[in-house]
Amino acid sequence: MLKTILGAVVLFLMIAFTAYLAFNYAPIEKSMGVIQKIFYLHLPSAFSSFVALGVCFYANLMYVFKRQPKWDWLGVSAAEVGLAFISVVLVTGPIWAHPVWGIWWTWDARLTLTFVLWLLYISYLLLRSMLEEPDKRALFSALFGIFAFLDVPLVYFSIRWWRTQHPQPVILGGPGSGLEARMRVSYLLVWGAFTGLLILLLNARYKLEAMRASVEDLRTEAEVQ
Amino acid sequence: MTLLSNTAVLLGKELRTEFRSRELLTTTVVFILVVVVLFSFTFDPSVSESRRFGPGLLWLAFLFAASLMLQPCFLREQNNDTLSALRLSAGDPFAIFLAKLIANTFFLLLTELLMLPVFAILYNVRILSVLPQLILVFFLGSLGVAIPGTAFSAISAQARMRELMLPLLLLPLLTPVLIASTEATASLMDTKPELRRDWLGFLAGFDVVFLTALWLFGEYLLEE
Repeated sequence: MLKTILGAVVLFLMIAFTAYLAFNYAPIEKSMGVIQKIFYLHLPSAFSSFVALGVCFYANLMYVFKRQPKWDWLGVSAAEVGLAFISVVLVTGPIWAHPVWGIWWTWDARLTLTFVLWLLYISYLLLRSMLEEPDKRALFSALFGIFAFLDVPLVYFSIRWWRTQHPQPVILGGPGSGLEARMRVSYLLVWGAFTGLLILLLNARYKLEAMRASVEDLRTEAEVQ
Repeated sequence: MTLLSNTAVLLGKELRTEFRSRELLTTTVVFILVVVVLFSFTFDPSVSESRRFGPGLLWLAFLFAASLMLQPCFLREQNNDTLSALRLSAGDPFAIFLAKLIANTFFLLLTELLMLPVFAILYNVRILSVLPQLILVFFLGSLGVAIPGTAFSAISAQARMRELMLPLLLLPLLTPVLIASTEATASLMDTKPELRRDWLGFLAGFDVVFLTALWLFGEYLLEE
């Protein structure tokens, strides 16, 4: 308990510090202006959401082969946390796009992929709520999660061939791309803080799911007696 | 070899069940017809507009129809308590999926081909000169719908609200199939028809990926 509180305090300080960096230390981008600051929230959230969905896929695979409930708990925790981060991405994206592109939304490859991902993981969580028996719920949602994850590259390439408008990657892009030194430091620290947030949220959600499972077990036991 | 002979026997059973009642085929055909007619009210189906929107709405109608048509696939087995009998009789559980998959692809393709002339007349699209190519696109697309569709029908049969769950699980996953089949169909119905090999290859790739996944994970989908 003390460890969790300590972690949360440290994380809060880190996020406050990186927010200060993003707004005061990093320079204002020339062509986009102040609105570019939203990238300090948008990019780390996108990164965290992809990590979370990767964790979800791994947990799903492990559950199908090992059948230990802990993998199911990890799977649902990762899916929920990932969904929260994707929601942040989907909200901050249009806020940025409206002044810069002049439109709230466009059906570009990465935007559409993010939206489809969001829908797929909502279906995953809905499916869980529609399956009563814990074993069945764990197994079938894990199988759906595996299928959904396999679909991600296919969705990406199909939409990429169809059309694309998203700005080219700046951070790991080709020559001519790259970041101003102070911006890079701020990005890296925000990234670190958000990875910390991801771990903290995953950990908390995992514990909650474990507790919920033991309550469920106790209740069935009580009903039998 | 046992896989193939098992599949053949099970496929015979699937086809016999359907052709005795023909319930699924008739309702799906009527459903697609209703959707195609209703869509025409949402835009002006002049020749150029039809070319632009026609293929997309045709595939959307197929996708919606498929998500209803695949519903009874495993539900029927569950309602009649025949799933465990099936599992006991077939050596490899993949045979059960393969048989259902082939039957579903066949039913889908059949309804699509029945609806194609009606669509061509209602939306003024020429199809005769490109019919073999269209059938190829429809086949690969239907297979892409039927593979995850059959798998998810086994999942949704176990859930509450199953009638809503199957479309919800299936439709977002089928985004790549919708895009690829629509693009391939649209370029075939264009004024200068062209067979888009890249989209055909993409569809084939989608089919292979999910067929492999079904082969690997199919046996777990049948656990009760």
